[in-house]
Amino acid sequence: MAYVIIGNSAAAVGAIEGIRKIDAETPITVISDENYRAYSRPLISYWLGGKLGGDDKIFYRDADFYEKNKAFPVLGKSVTKINKDAKTVSLSDGAEIVYDKLLVATGSKPFVPPMTGLDKVEKQYTFMDYSSVINIKSALENISGARKILIIGAGLIGLKAAESFYEISRPNDKITVVDMADRILPSILDVSAGQIMQKHLEEKQVAFELGTVVDTFTVNPINGTQMAVLKNGKNIDFDILILAVGVRPNISLVQDIGGAVGRAIKTDKTQLTTIPDVYAAGDCTESFDVSSGTDKVLALLPNAYLQGEAAGVNMACTQLGNGSSVPYENAIPMNAIGFFGLHIITAGSYDGTELLVTEGSKSYKKFFVKDNKLVGYILLGDIERAGIYTSLIREQTPLDTVNFDLLKKNPQLLGFGKDKRKEKLA
Amino acid sequence: MKKIYVKEEHCLGCHLCETYCAAANSADGKNGERNYLVKAFSRAETPVSRVRIESETADSKGVNFAVQCRHCEVPLCVKGCITGALSVTDGVVSVDDTRCVGCYTCVLTCPYGCIVIPPENGDGATNGKRHIIKKCDLCVSRGATPACVEGCPNGAIVVEERA
Repeated sequence: MAYVIIGNSAAAVGAIEGIRKIDAETPITVISDENYRAYSRPLISYWLGGKLGGDDKIFYRDADFYEKNKAFPVLGKSVTKINKDAKTVSLSDGAEIVYDKLLVATGSKPFVPPMTGLDKVEKQYTFMDYSSVINIKSALENISGARKILIIGAGLIGLKAAESFYEISRPNDKITVVDMADRILPSILDVSAGQIMQKHLEEKQVAFELGTVVDTFTVNPINGTQMAVLKNGKNIDFDILILAVGVRPNISLVQDIGGAVGRAIKTDKTQLTTIPDVYAAGDCTESFDVSSGTDKVLALLPNAYLQGEAAGVNMACTQLGNGSSVPYENAIPMNAIGFFGLHIITAGSYDGTELLVTEGSKSYKKFFVKDNKLVGYILLGDIERAGIYTSLIREQTPLDTVNFDLLKKNPQLLGFGKDKRKEKLA
Repeated sequence: MKKIYVKEEHCLGCHLCETYCAAANSADGKNGERNYLVKAFSRAETPVSRVRIESETADSKGVNFAVQCRHCEVPLCVKGCITGALSVTDGVVSVDDTRCVGCYTCVLTCPYGCIVIPPENGDGATNGKRHIIKKCDLCVSRGATPACVEGCPNGAIVVEERA
């Protein structure tokens, strides 16, 4: 009997911890093409920026995690194919591993759109994994004097990269961010909040070229430096190029064997794919977003962990034929992120009636209300106790059962009736 | 396990629990300094309380109650923590200060609003560690009865086993 997990990040760790709640013994094999024990992907920018209290802090769990959980990592090898009838997976080195229950937690990969001359750019990197930041760090160190860094993509990844470059910048280093969208962080901020954050980043000398794309990568004939020619007519010299345009879920292993996929792998509420005994969790899957009532790819760490944990519990329950399965529910988009001390917390979908409560030079608070329910919010600056708002969305609390006027001002348990409050504090 | 419970009917809204919590969990309190309360509040950094009082009215004449970590059976803060800094040991949710990077994903997920972000001049302000979140650990790390319970003058905060 055996569990096999493809992938070794948050969803995989969640699954190992989930399996071990139900099944203390059956071995778990964890296969990853990366050569590291589980590390936190969102921490790579902190690692590069020198903000971790030691290199080992990038790891998501302690060094004895696998041993303690009777899990066996197979690292540096990729899975080439799932053989659903034989119930095995084939590895890049030709080996085959047998599974009773399989979890596909393959995450996502950077999406790099075709750009003219990109193949001639020597120092180009994506910003997704530990290896990429190790390579970026050594490339930065190998350049003498001031450096010019060009980032394509003003989303969460591109801007976290920009922040980490600033943290380790030398005098006269230059950081430029280009994005096709005319605003930054479009996936989590509205126009006004985006402008506040953009100004804040510009104060840290991060330059933006928005609403434009790279036409051609070439060499500046005057100084021999690499150069991006933008559609807006500007030319930007650079030493290092970071490609942070977007990500795509890794769905091919399941797609290849006929498993249902949409924008990502489709599962039921127990995280089971349409292939028997094959589960999926994390950034490679779709989740049902209760705030919008639609299936979405919620590529964020808490969601990956929770899905993985639910998958693990359900894999173990069905394997052993005991215990009760746990549906994964109440998923919503949510993000906590900060840049240079200015923090953002957002959740839900930006649909319905907008209620703007605060707008200042470093502060913003907006709610989105639909059908007597809070469906989304954006907080910038003051983010204290934001989880009280998140819970209103996740639990789909009817707003006429709480004192929403009070809650809008400040998140607080006083905004709930006495009975509800006592229940919460029980 | 024993957890902290509040009785809002008994709470005066005096904020003494906050004072005792902040001082007891400051370096002075944890080092067992005599007069730690005075010492903790005399420093440049303001000690940070893990418990907060909610009051219906500014003068505390209405409903008041204390709120601190519920040590949930399904702790969303722990499950969502991007670094592994938050963990559960024997039912107690606690934070590893060496691993918290201040991303505040736990602030995003805690349904009770019990994760505390130190203020500008709060703990860590002078050594670059103000980003580290603060939360109630039932005073397990102090090895003592919760300071809020001990300090409450009206028995409005209790630590006990409940079914």
